[in-house]
Amino acid sequence: MNARLQSIVFPFITLGFLVGGWLLATEVFSVPNFILPKPQAVWEVMIKGYVYGAFWKDIGATLSATLLGYLSGCTAGILLGALLAESKTFERFLYPFVVSLQSMPKVALAPVLIVWFGFGLMSKVVMVGLVCFFPVFINTIVGIRQTPAPLIAMMRSFSASRMDVFLHVKLKSALGHIFAGLQIAVVLSLIGAVVGEFVSSSRGLGYMIQVAQGNIDLATMFASLVGLAAIGIVGTQLVRLAHARIVFWDSDKRGGAISE
Amino acid sequence: MAVYYTALAAEGKGARRGQPMLKTDRLTVTYASSRGPVKAVDDFSLEITPGEFVSVLGPSGCGKSTVLSVAAGLLGASSGSVAVAGSPVTAPRREVGVVFQQANLLPWKNVLENVLLPIVAMRLPVEEYRERAEQLLDFVGLSRFRQHYPHELSGGMQQRVGIVRALIHDPKLLLMDEPFAALDAMTRERMALELQRIWSGTDKTVLFITHSIPEAVLLSDRVVVMSPSPGRIIEEFECDLPRPRNAETMALPRFGEYCNYLRKIFDQFEGKA
Repeated sequence: MNARLQSIVFPFITLGFLVGGWLLATEVFSVPNFILPKPQAVWEVMIKGYVYGAFWKDIGATLSATLLGYLSGCTAGILLGALLAESKTFERFLYPFVVSLQSMPKVALAPVLIVWFGFGLMSKVVMVGLVCFFPVFINTIVGIRQTPAPLIAMMRSFSASRMDVFLHVKLKSALGHIFAGLQIAVVLSLIGAVVGEFVSSSRGLGYMIQVAQGNIDLATMFASLVGLAAIGIVGTQLVRLAHARIVFWDSDKRGGAISE
Repeated sequence: MAVYYTALAAEGKGARRGQPMLKTDRLTVTYASSRGPVKAVDDFSLEITPGEFVSVLGPSGCGKSTVLSVAAGLLGASSGSVAVAGSPVTAPRREVGVVFQQANLLPWKNVLENVLLPIVAMRLPVEEYRERAEQLLDFVGLSRFRQHYPHELSGGMQQRVGIVRALIHDPKLLLMDEPFAALDAMTRERMALELQRIWSGTDKTVLFITHSIPEAVLLSDRVVVMSPSPGRIIEEFECDLPRPRNAETMALPRFGEYCNYLRKIFDQFEGKA
């Protein structure tokens, strides 16, 4: 069996063992429903929720909060990061505050955001945007600062303007770091959305988990978790794909060079 | 016999009249370091006439690259002055092309785009230079690779792209900062011969920084020797081997004599220190 096939088959074997153990616990050792739901029960809720549409409204709510927040938070992170990396003055004004904000757990702000932006979508978007902002912001600064000095000297020797140096060299050189930030932000954005929904909301996968908790309905909780995991996996893979496509010189560095 | 070369140098300079392409006058560069100011270049005066190929030869860390940085307008002089074609250098200039120790190609641009980068930076019409870029790439044997990305090329090929990039805007003065130092010995020798071939077809003035004695002798009209820090000129040497020079030049007895003469200067200096 070649390595490629193994990387596809072996995870399924692990999954088989996990589900087998799960079945064993519920069917043979009769672990009660309110502690561990039966796999069949979770499966049923998932079919009802994801296929027949009982969860669609909630997925829509979580997805739109996550996406909108992610896009706005990451855009702001890149723009402000670039500004801060390029301008010493700007940095002196803002950096101490940015650092203190960064060390604060942003999710603790959720109640405040609910008061400011209401119970609806807006407060979740702001929450997600806030948690996405920092990794992208910091990575943009680090990436731009780590631009190899010889490349900048080269550009300057050809009379390049500061804007040219920034656009042609610094920004491109920082892309690897920026994408690493975007990757982290995917996972954080889901955390932000779910926390926002936990604190106060009337829809969303996080909201569903909370309602299910009230009913000790573990099957629904599990089904919602599967949905959240799926969103996270798809998002991460999309960003990874974009990374490999856009920063192509980074990913195939190991490709052979032509020798003379 | 070696003593006469310096006298010859002075004579040769007088014969070629007109404004020097590069002139440094009592150039001194001092760096601030944690242990106080360090003098990298001291009282460095040099004139290069148009079309001349001059090497600055010195041990590593003698400040020879600093001279080039000042001439390129990338670094300010602490005292003294540098002028290109008669006007003082205060910022990078368009009549100058620089080749660096590393090829310094942008990894996200292909060979042709890298070559045309100075044109973009100088806001010149890119389309008008495309043909020149193709011709230059063809001249260094890289036209097949114009769509390739730098990481797909060997070190020697990358540095050839670097040289073509420095020539794209047709500069009058080429500044080369140990351009072959990062290459292996075999490639290095081949690149020196290649540079010799490129240069002899042009009217370019070259300031070539190196720590390789044979490289300096093979390429130069004149070799300027620098002492270790603070870098100052300790010898100027006219190198009158017949042109065009090629692999056979290195087999000439005079080539060996010149190399030995320069090596002795370094040995003498080591003895004194």
